[in-house]
This record gives sequence, C-alpha cells and structure tokens, in this order.
Amino acid sequence: MTPQGPLSAFPQRLADVGVRVEARESPGLAPTQLILVKSGDWSRLGIEARSWGCRWVASWGEEVDQDVGDKIGAAIRISTCFEHAGAYLVARTAVPCAAPVLASHTTSFPGADRPERHIRDMLGVVFADHPDARRWTRHQAWTQSEYPLRRDFPAAGSPQERTPADHQYNFLLAQGSGVYEIPVGPVHAGIIEPGHFRFQAVGETVLKLEERLGYTHKGIEKIAEGRDVDGLARLAGRVSGDSTVAHAWAACMAMEKAGGLEVPPRAVWLRALMCERERVANHVGDIGAILNDIAFAFGFYQFARLREVWQRASREAFGHRFMMDCIVPGGVAADLDPRFIATMRDDARLLGQQIGKLMAIINDLPSVADRVRGTGVLKPEYARALGCVGFVGRASGMDFDVRRDAPYPPYDKLTFKVPVHHYGDVNARARMRLEEITASLGLIEALLGGLPPGPVRAAWTHPAAGAEGLGLIEGWRGEILSFVRFGADGRIARFFPRDPSWTTWPALELLIHDNIVPDFPVCNKSVNGSYSGQDL
Amino acid sequence: MLRILGKIQRLGIITEKLPEIGEPALTEIGEQLKAHIGERFGGSLAIREVDAGSCNGCELEVQALNNPFYSIERFGVHFVASPRHADMLLVSGPVSRHMETALRRTYEATPEPRLVIAVGECGACGGEFGISYASCGAVSNVIPVDGVIHGCPPTPLDLMRGILEAIGKRSAGC
Repeated sequence: MTPQGPLSAFPQRLADVGVRVEARESPGLAPTQLILVKSGDWSRLGIEARSWGCRWVASWGEEVDQDVGDKIGAAIRISTCFEHAGAYLVARTAVPCAAPVLASHTTSFPGADRPERHIRDMLGVVFADHPDARRWTRHQAWTQSEYPLRRDFPAAGSPQERTPADHQYNFLLAQGSGVYEIPVGPVHAGIIEPGHFRFQAVGETVLKLEERLGYTHKGIEKIAEGRDVDGLARLAGRVSGDSTVAHAWAACMAMEKAGGLEVPPRAVWLRALMCERERVANHVGDIGAILNDIAFAFGFYQFARLREVWQRASREAFGHRFMMDCIVPGGVAADLDPRFIATMRDDARLLGQQIGKLMAIINDLPSVADRVRGTGVLKPEYARALGCVGFVGRASGMDFDVRRDAPYPPYDKLTFKVPVHHYGDVNARARMRLEEITASLGLIEALLGGLPPGPVRAAWTHPAAGAEGLGLIEGWRGEILSFVRFGADGRIARFFPRDPSWTTWPALELLIHDNIVPDFPVCNKSVNGSYSGQDL
Repeated sequence: MLRILGKIQRLGIITEKLPEIGEPALTEIGEQLKAHIGERFGGSLAIREVDAGSCNGCELEVQALNNPFYSIERFGVHFVASPRHADMLLVSGPVSRHMETALRRTYEATPEPRLVIAVGECGACGGEFGISYASCGAVSNVIPVDGVIHGCPPTPLDLMRGILEAIGKRSAGC
C-alpha cells in the first residue's frame, strides 16, 4: 500500500491538467515518490508544483542511454526534487543530447536559478526560458562548448597551461550620481573561503549585492565517478569540511538505500551523536564569530574557548576533531568507548550552563542588541520564495526540519524542539543557533542514554548496476540531499550532494539590501553559507 | 560591565602550558617559534592565509590558532588581511583552477623575502581531490613552496610545528 502523504495526490493533479505523468517504483528513493514526466510538460510541472505549495529542493542531471523512438540515443536525464509538508517527490524527464532543451523552473521557483545554471554549465542542458543567460559554476577552466559531466569529457579535462582569472562576467551595474562599486574577493581579508562579492553602494548603504561563486569548484561530481563506496564516503566528507559528518552521513544513507542495506541501530545512533556534536560545534563557533564581527571581543574569545573544548572532546571520543571519516558505508568506523558516555553527558550539561552564563552577560549589553536587531532582515516571503532551509529559513518562519518532518532513524524515536523565529534578522539567526544548541544538547543526552547495543557496521554488498539512492539529512546548515547512482562492480556512476548553502547564498543578497557595508561581515556570518559546498 | 570583568577574573587565563590528549608541549614549540621569529623577523611574523580551494576544514583549524588555548599571537605570529603586509602565505588547497590566477597574484603581491607553506593533505599533494579538469592539485604545482604541513586537516599544533619548521629551514638555508 502506498502511504498517503501530502504529495500522494499530486501526480493525479498533474494528470488532471493534462500532464503526461507516470509513477515509478524506486526502492532506493523511497519513501520519496518518483514520477516520470515528458520533457514538453516540464514547465507545467513547475507551475503545478508551485500552486500545490511545494518547495523546490534540488535538481541534478546525468547522461544516460535512452530509447529515442526506435533507437537508443544519448540523453540527459534531469531529476528535480520537491518537498511539501515533509513528503518528497522526484520528477524525472529526459532530453536528447543532440538537442538538450528544457523549460526552466526558475520562473516558478527563484531558488532554481543557480542550480539550473550549474546544470547548464556542467551538462549543457539549455533551460530555454531561464531569466539569466550568464554562466555560474564555469569560470575559465573549461570552454563554453565543453560539459564536464558528459561521458565524453575525461576527468583530467584538457586544461590550459595556466587558467586565467574569470573575466567578462556581466555584473549588474547600478547607475546614478553617488553610486559606487566595491569589488571584494575572491581572496578575503579573513581566514575564510574564497568568493567574490560585488557591492553597489551609495554612501554606506548597500543598494545591491551580487555574489560570484564557483572559485572552489573542485570537480567533486566528476571525480566521484568510478570511486568505490569508501572512497565516495571520504569525498562526501570533504564537500564542506565544517559539515563533514552530515555530508558523509547523507552520502552513506544514499548508498545504503541503493543497496537495500540495513545499518545496525547502534551505528545509526552514533551517527546522530556525531551529527549533533557537529551542529553544536559550528553554532558555538559561529555565535563567537558573529560577536567578533560586531567588535565584541569578549564574546568571541569565550565562544572560541567553548568550541575548542568541545572539539577536543570529539577527538578523544572519535579520534578526530571534526569526526572526519568516522561515518563509513554500512555504519561507523569505530565504536564509542563506554567511558565516554558519562563524560560526554557531563560535557553537554557543562556547555549548556556555560553558554547560559555567557548569554546572561551578552543579553545585558545594549551595544550588542543594537548591532544585531533589525540588521540583515530576510523577510519570510523571500525565504519561502527561495526555499531557504536550516536555521536561516527557520529564523524567517520556514518551519521545516528533516529530523522532525521527514524523520530518519534514530530521530523517529526521539523528541526534540525545533525552534522557529519570524523576524529574520541577525538576532533571530543567532537566537536560532542558541536554541538549536540547547535542543542538540538534549538530544546528545538522549542519544547517550538510549544507545542500543550491537555491532556498529554492516558488511557491504555491491548494489546492482543502475541502483540509485537518495539520502536526506538535517546537517547544521539545514537539509542536505545526496543522490547516488551505482554503475558496474559497485562503483559510483553519479554523485550529487546538495548543500543547504545553495538556498541561503541567494538569501544573503536579499537580506543585505539597505544595510550598511560595515554590517556585511556580521550579516554574512549570521548566514555562514559554505562556498565549497555550493561550488562543488 | 562588572559581570564581564567578573567572568574574566573567575576564568583566569586558560592559555595553556602543557596541552592534554598526548600532544607535545605547546609552549615548547611556541617558545622556539618566538625565538626564531625574534631572530629572523624582528619579533613579528605576519601571515596571510589563502584558501585556494579547500573544503574549509583547514581554515577552521587555522582560525583555532587564534583561540585562547593556542593564542599564537603571544609568540609573535599574527594573521593579516592583505598579502602586502605578509611575510608568509599559508595556502590551503587543492588549488582549484578557478583560484589559480588569484593565488599567483596573491603570491606576487607578497613582498620578498616571502615564505609559502602548503597546508593540509590537499595543499601538500592534492589530497582527496588530486589533479583534474577543475583542480591543479598541490600548491607547489602553482607557486614555489617552502614547506608543507600534512594532516586532514592539520591540528592547530601541527600548524604551529609546521610554521616553526619552515622558519627554521629558511634560517638555516640563508
């Protein structure tokens, strides 16, 4: 029996409006529904998904052999994932490689803008009515007529002796007297990742910010091809180093679902324990960094101290300060020594108390409140239009958390609070992080208390060629989607990780509007998008 | 304000002499670092960190050098916002092809004599990403490198040790 979800009637709705739709079974995607749609109906699909109230999650392509009339031809298969009230649906279509033209979903979902441009740069699919003809991921490392994710493109490529800097990217210019432009990056002043920001300003006020990312593009999707499962888990753990646990978990979940592999309960609980520790570490560090960006050094050093203590405890318990490579296909790399159960519980309580004391001090300071309240407001309607997830979305009323709304083990057995705010300013995003720390500390206690016995890794068996899997994890930045398809001999044929930063980078452009340039660092830090996770 | 002062006084100085979890003496490395910097850099070593395509793991650990446990500034090391002010570039990799020219320009903007350290497995040898259509691999494939610090990512202590080694090597070589 098909479970009745908020999207179960959606295919019928599509059929009612004349969309040729076909439901398919795909065990590796379940409980996500899979539907096939004719490419000519793609635009209609977007319009209907929007009116159904769906969130546009992600889109990815892969080159496949497809029946074209009476012969087999190369085609690009496009999969787009939608979500509504915790139910997911993947819609799929194909366009021939010879004429890869498809309607854009950007007109229905502004959040589809950059992902579609990424697909265009990487696979050569032309989104006919896309409002922005400019490239996105491609700079100068390959040419306009080359598509790295096509099968005939070797991973080594044919790079020039030296790759020139990107040029002739048409930034939108503001006109008028007193308007000036500030280019920032790719090399930034702080110890952070590279990217380019182009400000148009009048006096100190930002008229417009335009982001140009892609500088850390490392070909992750391409070099994933042909890897074995352990190799893919390692690579996924480096999509964004600060989210190594969440990305590795999402990729492993996708691979395990593709293979129909049951992960031992103890391993699943340990994964969640690590994921919550990662969430706490990043939120603690970022609260400090937000305080640093408003020149409140005391807060910065206090939170940096707490983060260091936390990371050292992670290293003692799991062998790595970021718990990198601790999640492996089939389970976790090592069991947790029982002696850490008590110490970790004490650490969690102590951290909660320490943060409480610090916040009593910080909340008392009008100068802090003055800098964060009303600064960098992301309006709820913008967050909804862009499909913002994670704490950025939740600070602007997007009340969604994969752990609660599309629960995966062990969260299906745990109760926890998902905070939500509506004002969407730096203050709301900082409060979100504080409240998420509290929720995570509670989860850590519950996970330690209920850790089931048993093995921590299941033996791996190669999934059949063509098997696909979808992993969905709530990382500290929000929902991570990971898609995996297997080729022959248990090797990876396609890997697509969608970091939540894809949804929050465009939000930064909107929330900085009308703020002053000196508030950009704190606005940026309050969102803290991953460059590496979005550049791939 | 009184509460801040109270907190500061109660907590005292946590900057450590002997770190735990089996790490060799932090201050020992630090003091050597300070001595070398005193000798060769007039007491102050200015570092510009350049992320040339990393996953952000290395950056987090470089940032940690400034936390009160390591407090690398006490040894005369500080991070600067521009290569023009830097004695040393700390470059994390792999160098993405999209960052190749930016890295070269940053290197050229750094006054001589300059030191370059490649940070992390990716910076040292390309790591998990290697060389591809999108990646140049190791930092040394793009600019001359004086030292490498292995680790994925290297711990803050590894970073301090690596900086010390690179300074020592350069001092000996002159």
